[in-house]
Amino acid sequence: MTSEVARHLLFQSHMPTKTTCPSSQVSDDEQKQKRENIRSLTMSGHVGFESLPDQLVNRSIQQGFCFNILCVGETGIGKSTLIDTLFNTNFEDHESSHFYPHVRLKAQTYELHESNVQLKLTIVNTVGFGDQINKEESYQPVVDYIDAQFEAYLQEELKIKRSLFNYHDSRIHVCLYFISPTGHSLKTLDLLTMKTLDSKVNIIPVIAKADAISKAELQKFKIKLMSELVSNGVQIYQFPADDETIAKINASMNGHLPFAVVGSMDEVKVGNKMVKARQYPWGVVQVENENHCDFVKLREMLICTNMEDLREQTHTRHYELYRRCKLEEMGFTDVGPENKPLSLQETYEAKRHEFYGERQRKEEEMKQMFVQRVKEKEAILKEAERELQAKFEHLKRVHQEERMKLEEKRRLLEEEIIAFSKKKATSEIYQNQSYMASGSNLKKDKDRKKISNAQVLEGGSKRASESMRAGSLLYGAQLEGESRRARESLRAGSLSYRAHPLPQH
Amino acid sequence: MDPLRQSASPCSSRPSSPKTPPCEMLGYVGIEAVLDQLKIKAMKMGFEFNIMVVGQSGLGKSTMLNTLFKSKVWKCTLPGLAMPTPQTLQLKSVTHVIEEKGVKLKLTVTDTPGFGDQINNDKCWNPILGYINEQYERYLQEEILITRQRHIPDTRVHCCVYFVPPTGHCLRPLDIEFLQRLCRTVNVVPVIARADSLTLEEREAFRRRIQHNLRTHCIEVYPQKCFDEDINDRILNSKIRDRIPFAVVGADRQHLVNGRCVLGRKTKWGIIEVENMAHCEFPLLRDLLIRSHLQDLKDITHNVHYENYRVCRLNESHVLPHGPCWVNLAPTPPGPSVAPGPSKACTQAREDSDDN
Repeated sequence: MTSEVARHLLFQSHMPTKTTCPSSQVSDDEQKQKRENIRSLTMSGHVGFESLPDQLVNRSIQQGFCFNILCVGETGIGKSTLIDTLFNTNFEDHESSHFYPHVRLKAQTYELHESNVQLKLTIVNTVGFGDQINKEESYQPVVDYIDAQFEAYLQEELKIKRSLFNYHDSRIHVCLYFISPTGHSLKTLDLLTMKTLDSKVNIIPVIAKADAISKAELQKFKIKLMSELVSNGVQIYQFPADDETIAKINASMNGHLPFAVVGSMDEVKVGNKMVKARQYPWGVVQVENENHCDFVKLREMLICTNMEDLREQTHTRHYELYRRCKLEEMGFTDVGPENKPLSLQETYEAKRHEFYGERQRKEEEMKQMFVQRVKEKEAILKEAERELQAKFEHLKRVHQEERMKLEEKRRLLEEEIIAFSKKKATSEIYQNQSYMASGSNLKKDKDRKKISNAQVLEGGSKRASESMRAGSLLYGAQLEGESRRARESLRAGSLSYRAHPLPQH
Repeated sequence: MDPLRQSASPCSSRPSSPKTPPCEMLGYVGIEAVLDQLKIKAMKMGFEFNIMVVGQSGLGKSTMLNTLFKSKVWKCTLPGLAMPTPQTLQLKSVTHVIEEKGVKLKLTVTDTPGFGDQINNDKCWNPILGYINEQYERYLQEEILITRQRHIPDTRVHCCVYFVPPTGHCLRPLDIEFLQRLCRTVNVVPVIARADSLTLEEREAFRRRIQHNLRTHCIEVYPQKCFDEDINDRILNSKIRDRIPFAVVGADRQHLVNGRCVLGRKTKWGIIEVENMAHCEFPLLRDLLIRSHLQDLKDITHNVHYENYRVCRLNESHVLPHGPCWVNLAPTPPGPSVAPGPSKACTQAREDSDDN
């Protein structure tokens, strides 16, 4: 053991000399620290790290903030108007139609500035929710969208070369669920949707268009809704009550859920001010009046007090749950079969080997199949070639025979012609002799007849021989053509066969 | 390793995403309250900071730590007392919790007694690199668990203060070797130790020479030029870069000067006040480390150094045979370039265990 190389790592706790614990430490904190061998120190002067929170805040300001809201509710229930009112601007949006066959989600991102805070706000709207006749598939697109955002983040986190600080976080931080103000109870669709979403996202239910309910009915409605949610086990977002500064206000707000809200961007003159309100013949509903609706409470809770907590819950609870489920689904575990801790990498490696093995096997299979097919095809083509060759030979033979026959015939014909011309010559001689003797017409007639016969014969024989020649030529051409075609097809077959080369073994 | 290091700047001011039209708000909404929410959350959770001091013995490392945090972070080792100079390089860590105006800071300091003290100092940086990489490894293992903790304890070294002995000449070969290796893994802040043995002119000359040495050997100390975000950062950081390495003096005794109680060193020819800018540059170091750049140090460690380590680690793991438990071992290729530490230290440990 070389002395230079060995190294020690000690976690030491010093002898208690002059260190005293500051009185503000709680006793169980002390215990915990003692267990971890951490001592607390008092400082004899000002060090200056109280600026740490400011440094953190400055960095966050530089990076900018990101907040994503999902609005789920029926068409026309006032989602866009409420968002406009909440953030006090007019986001570009037009009314959606009621006739969509499926539920779609539409996401839009806006950049808001307030003093030195940059907020990247993404609003996701459900378009066509609750409009269909058959609403069984209504909530699935919403769940899919939320999962897709988690998946995107998980993919980024699992990459080897990743850039998480640069990543535009699109995970949904809060879901505003709009309940329509019937005054009776939750609709089945609402209940189902909230039950599916409560483990994936922070849900804040709101009663929309609250100016349609009177105050007494509203109270009963709220109680009914909350009891239904509780009895069905739906976990809506509870405002955190662990920090003293905001615990009281959060706890009281928890009692006001679900918030009954009214949204409006129109301004109406009330008294001597212009306020956001909705004007009816029987009165004016002021949006920011706490007696009229809970809008101010919603804005307070959502933005001013708990925005950071919503983001944190999304990241530490919902995202971690999704991640755990997803990784377990893929087959990773933390503890192996003998209860020894397994590392993610080992499992991943095992899976990778498996996958490669699988792939190799499939490749081999495909190769085998290909080779086999090629062999078969080759055999077939060879057969065809042989057949064609045989046919060609056969045709050639037939052709030869025909030709010989024709030659025979021709020879016979020519012999006949020669014999005939001989006869003709001798008959002419006779004719001259007999003409010289008597000069009779009979002979002339006979001769003329003979001559015409001879001519007819000659013409006939000529025609016959010509036709025979033509016929033999034609037939020969036919045969030639056929054999050429056969040869060509054979060549083409063998070329195409050669164009797909056999794999090298 | 270098192309990896230029990967990305730590805190980008605008996360990239397409088509985000800016919107005018017609009135006050209350978005800026999120800053207060952040502060409350941070105060509740507390902060963590891990600092490492490296240098030969007798350069005043422990005293410097005590001066920085104005408390007995470390018991100063006086020469001649019970503990002999260690024969090997050991790393010792101590964790403290200090609180100031409601802000809790969990401070971990790591000392390296025995660094550069032997006759043959070859490869004396390996244990240090091993320790740093082990902390990265620990964090990585926590991060890739299926069921993760809510808040992963951060033991990664955020800053390494390197003490240069005040020779007055230039950087020694040991310094250069060490700095070259360490700058790629951790934020390094070099300081001139015991600067009261140098006059002001000698300090300036020494500083220039050190800066020249650093440039020649391409050593990028903190604050690194490539991570400057915008023009303000650059201006601020160039001022700091101009004064690096700071000439510091440490002291933990208080003396009376002009009726005030100050920390200082008393000598026959005067009292050297530690917090006096005319005497030494300790306030600059303290401001850099604590008051202005602490969060930045942590960010660069997390976003750059840790990510680089992670990339190397995940890339090489798939050629490994499976090692025991959570530490995957790899035989690193021999060479002067920095290889991920735990592998080397652990293979040597394995060899040692085989020997024994």
